[in-house]
Amino acid sequence: MTTVQEHAPNPAAGDPGRPIGFGRLQRKEDPRFVRGKGNYLDDIVLPGMLHGAILRAPVAHARLVSIDTSEALAHPGVRAVITGKDLQALNLAWAPTLSADVQAVLVTDKVRFQGQEVAFVVAEDRYAARDALELIDVEYDMLPPVIDARHALDADAPVIRDDIEGRTDNRIFDWEIGDAAETEAVFAAADVVLTQEVVYPRVHPAPMETCGAVADFDPIDGRLTLYETTQAPHAHRTLYAIVAGIPEHKIRIVSPDIGGGFGNKVGIYPGYVLAVVGSIVTGKPVKWVEDRSENLMSTSFARDYIMQGEIAATKEGKILAVRTSVLADHGAFNATAQPTKTPAGFFSIFTGSYDLKAAYCKVTGVYTNKAPGGVAYACSFRVTEAVYLVERMVDILARKLEMDPAELRLKNFIKPEQFPYANKTGWVYDSGNYEPAMRLSMHMAGYEDLRREQREKRERGELMGIGVSFFTETVGAGPRKHFDIVGLGMADGAELRVHPTGKAVVRISVQSQGQGHETTFAQIVAEELGIPPESIDVVHGDTDQTPFGLGTYGSRSTPVSGGAVALVARKVRDKARFIAAAMLETRPEDLEWEKGRWFVKGDPSAGKTIAEIAFGAHGTVALPDGIDGNLDAEVTYDPPNLTFPFGAYICVVDVDAGTGHVKVRRFIAVDDCGTRINPMIIEGQVHGGLTDGVGMALMEIIAFDEDGNCLSGSFMDYLIPTAMEVPDWETGFTVTPSPHHPIGAKGIGESATVGSPPAIVNAIVDALAPYGVTHMDMPCTPARVWEAMQGRARPPV
Amino acid sequence: MQIPAPFDYERASDVANALALLERHGPESRIIAGGHSLLPMMKLRLARPEWLIDINDLAELEFIRRDGEELRVGALTRHTALLESADVADLFPIIHDAEQVIADPVVRNRGTIGGSLCQADPAEDLSTVCDVLRAQAVIRGPDGERTVPMSDFHRGPYETAVAQNELLYEVRFAIRPRSGSAYEKVERRVGDWAVVAAGAAVGLAADGTVEEAAIGLTAVGLDGTIPEAEAVLLGQQPHEELFVEAARIAAAACHPVDDQRGPVDYKRHLADELTRRVLRRACARAAGAQEG
Repeated sequence: MTTVQEHAPNPAAGDPGRPIGFGRLQRKEDPRFVRGKGNYLDDIVLPGMLHGAILRAPVAHARLVSIDTSEALAHPGVRAVITGKDLQALNLAWAPTLSADVQAVLVTDKVRFQGQEVAFVVAEDRYAARDALELIDVEYDMLPPVIDARHALDADAPVIRDDIEGRTDNRIFDWEIGDAAETEAVFAAADVVLTQEVVYPRVHPAPMETCGAVADFDPIDGRLTLYETTQAPHAHRTLYAIVAGIPEHKIRIVSPDIGGGFGNKVGIYPGYVLAVVGSIVTGKPVKWVEDRSENLMSTSFARDYIMQGEIAATKEGKILAVRTSVLADHGAFNATAQPTKTPAGFFSIFTGSYDLKAAYCKVTGVYTNKAPGGVAYACSFRVTEAVYLVERMVDILARKLEMDPAELRLKNFIKPEQFPYANKTGWVYDSGNYEPAMRLSMHMAGYEDLRREQREKRERGELMGIGVSFFTETVGAGPRKHFDIVGLGMADGAELRVHPTGKAVVRISVQSQGQGHETTFAQIVAEELGIPPESIDVVHGDTDQTPFGLGTYGSRSTPVSGGAVALVARKVRDKARFIAAAMLETRPEDLEWEKGRWFVKGDPSAGKTIAEIAFGAHGTVALPDGIDGNLDAEVTYDPPNLTFPFGAYICVVDVDAGTGHVKVRRFIAVDDCGTRINPMIIEGQVHGGLTDGVGMALMEIIAFDEDGNCLSGSFMDYLIPTAMEVPDWETGFTVTPSPHHPIGAKGIGESATVGSPPAIVNAIVDALAPYGVTHMDMPCTPARVWEAMQGRARPPV
Repeated sequence: MQIPAPFDYERASDVANALALLERHGPESRIIAGGHSLLPMMKLRLARPEWLIDINDLAELEFIRRDGEELRVGALTRHTALLESADVADLFPIIHDAEQVIADPVVRNRGTIGGSLCQADPAEDLSTVCDVLRAQAVIRGPDGERTVPMSDFHRGPYETAVAQNELLYEVRFAIRPRSGSAYEKVERRVGDWAVVAAGAAVGLAADGTVEEAAIGLTAVGLDGTIPEAEAVLLGQQPHEELFVEAARIAAAACHPVDDQRGPVDYKRHLADELTRRVLRRACARAAGAQEG
């Protein structure tokens, strides 16, 4: 059922501005952030702490001939200099990645990308550590690099991964899904077949806080406490146990306040491992925090997909099939953070929001001499690339058929009665009602008026574009039987304790990087138990304090951990019924629940609030058999399916015909993430994602020269948008709850990042229609737009 | 955190003291004012001065003063002060145009005109602005004060007439009647260096013909203004065909390079397009000043 009603504040709260449960609520974590009292990784100072710095390779591909660290070791304040050879002795020179590959912690044989880790200096302060880097003398023997992924599989391409026995080329994987023959048959019979190469360039999550770690190894009891910028503390603990051989019960991972993740903080970076080694070697805590250039040049990038798109349709505009062949640049190590069984993530959702007869995709992953990583930057495991491809192809089709792009989409949507909808690549969309969302966005935009204005402007030679995108997201992995990361099933735990006075603490396995978990999860408990959110503390980010789970990425916190928290609160509520019955000297089945209390059916005055029941549980009431004296519970939630949020976005741009400069004038975003827990937080997530989208569409790219030098190693070269590049966001919503989620919620964290780039690029291409432009690749910088106007649009790589 | 190479620091108390400190610490000492160009270069270890001499206490260098037929601007005047000055907006709208697109408010609050000119980055906006306004740079050193026209001030990228033991003191702009000026820049994003920018200033005779003209381009490898383009306008009533011709000549005269901001042909196109735009605007402003 689709509705446009917000959750009304609960009148029982007294103050209508403070809901008990779902509704607008200021974030509980914000007072400490806005007052500068957050506790980030670099705020952590331990007694006797030393500082690490990493020497990085200045070249992209070179054999390591020799390293001389003697001068660095003699530098005042330096305590240790660690090289790949030292790590080899500890069997730590290579570490497993999240994609069944290995990555060098420090170079032992050869450098494979510019910025790769070569040596680690530990010193008394970070200045001495940094200065000592310049005293390390390294000799390299240069090798020709592989920079252009299109040439990675050439017969004469240098083999980057000669460390892997028997490897003779740079192919990582070939992966396909869908029925090739069926798709070919549909394409062969179609009236209209269009093809287009669509490139999603390499971009970077660029969180405000860079990555870092403070490692504190206690040589007496063998215990490692590791403070890290991580989105997945529990998964990291297990991986360190496997990698470093430290027993898992002796490892504590603490993820403090995180200043943005966007997928950049999912993996384990060499710097984290080096901090641990540094602490073991020196017997002191060691802090390592990378600088901005290190973050941009060496940590998880995103995208880098070269997609050959094809779309088949009838001449009346019924889309029949889509097909694509993708070249995926994974960099020097396959360190993509994604579920084991899906090497291209969830890219196979490239069928979009449309009811198709057939679909087929093939993805080839290759090594290049670039930084490793991938699947980062709020991409929902490559749904970003998938949505961008299909939404560009649909627009190209609309142009060919001379149909309005919104009308073409409306004509092809999966219908509400078709849900749950099984697409042609194996996904089962849980719920959707696409047309109302599309119509609402068109209404908010004043779509017909915009088209009229565009016609008038075109007559005057002014370039105005209107871009439409409609996306279906795929978020909230598990189920664990289908999705795991290095064998760990993608489920999440929650523990809830209600103290005797009715105040509660809920412990969760996911880690906020700014999403507002401390508020959202308190509101879920509040909704289920009827106690105010401010009476509920949310504990996260410390493996000693929280139950096991896979962490926050792929918009999975609410779909997975949110489900866990709702269920654990229900478990407590069910238990409370037995205790209340004992207190009221009645039978549990004679009690009825209203938000916050159990009362006797037919006698509302006879009841017990959660606080009273909690005191009863810990008090002297005689409890029934099987009910122990507390009001606590725990669950691990394994979701039965993913959730499929969706949205309709419309972007209006003006292009300066003389300069190619693009101004995003308006952006209308209608999102449907099912049940809305805190609309204010949802809007914040959407605003951030839309801003990301403007960045990618207009300016962001990690570029390399032909020698493999990274040309985007600082914010002077890697541009991210400011308030000046973004319009006032116009947001709307529909509500189509997930049928299988305990509270009907879907994820929202990445929807806007997924949905906005195609809307912006579609708008720009629409603006350039008078010049015959049907496609251009991101980033749509003034120069690239001008080139497209000259009929010389070219891929960014 | 990006960490510069080791350096020492002194805070100058007045101009004489700053000059003495430069003398004392020698060639490896650098003046720091707003620091928004120097500090990033130091953090990337592209610049490694041994001494920083901080002149932020030198209030005597922070002024915008109308003095007869000149506007005098102290070297430590912040971008924000230039942007907010009614005199500047009225007399030299090109400065106002440029200041609106120099970096962002945070940088403009600290960055100074002297720092911009002495940094002499090829993509520096105020260098073009001062060229076009035919400003005079007043430089102080151990031997006293000297005045250098902008045409002699620039000595190529990151090089100026200010010697190691000297300090830019002020910049002087001649006030002319019936004049107008304008600046326009294309950037990939607010705060990025210019892809290309153009500046123009014109002075009209009583009969409305162009008496003085100056055209400059930013970030396309030019030092100083473009006399052959300016010549097109001199003695003529301003009109579109002249702007087109002057812009064509200006675009042909520049030397752009291919980089992340765009290819050579695009930059040359921008030089043409932006020159036309600023000439139109400068002439319209001059005509408006004439009426006023």
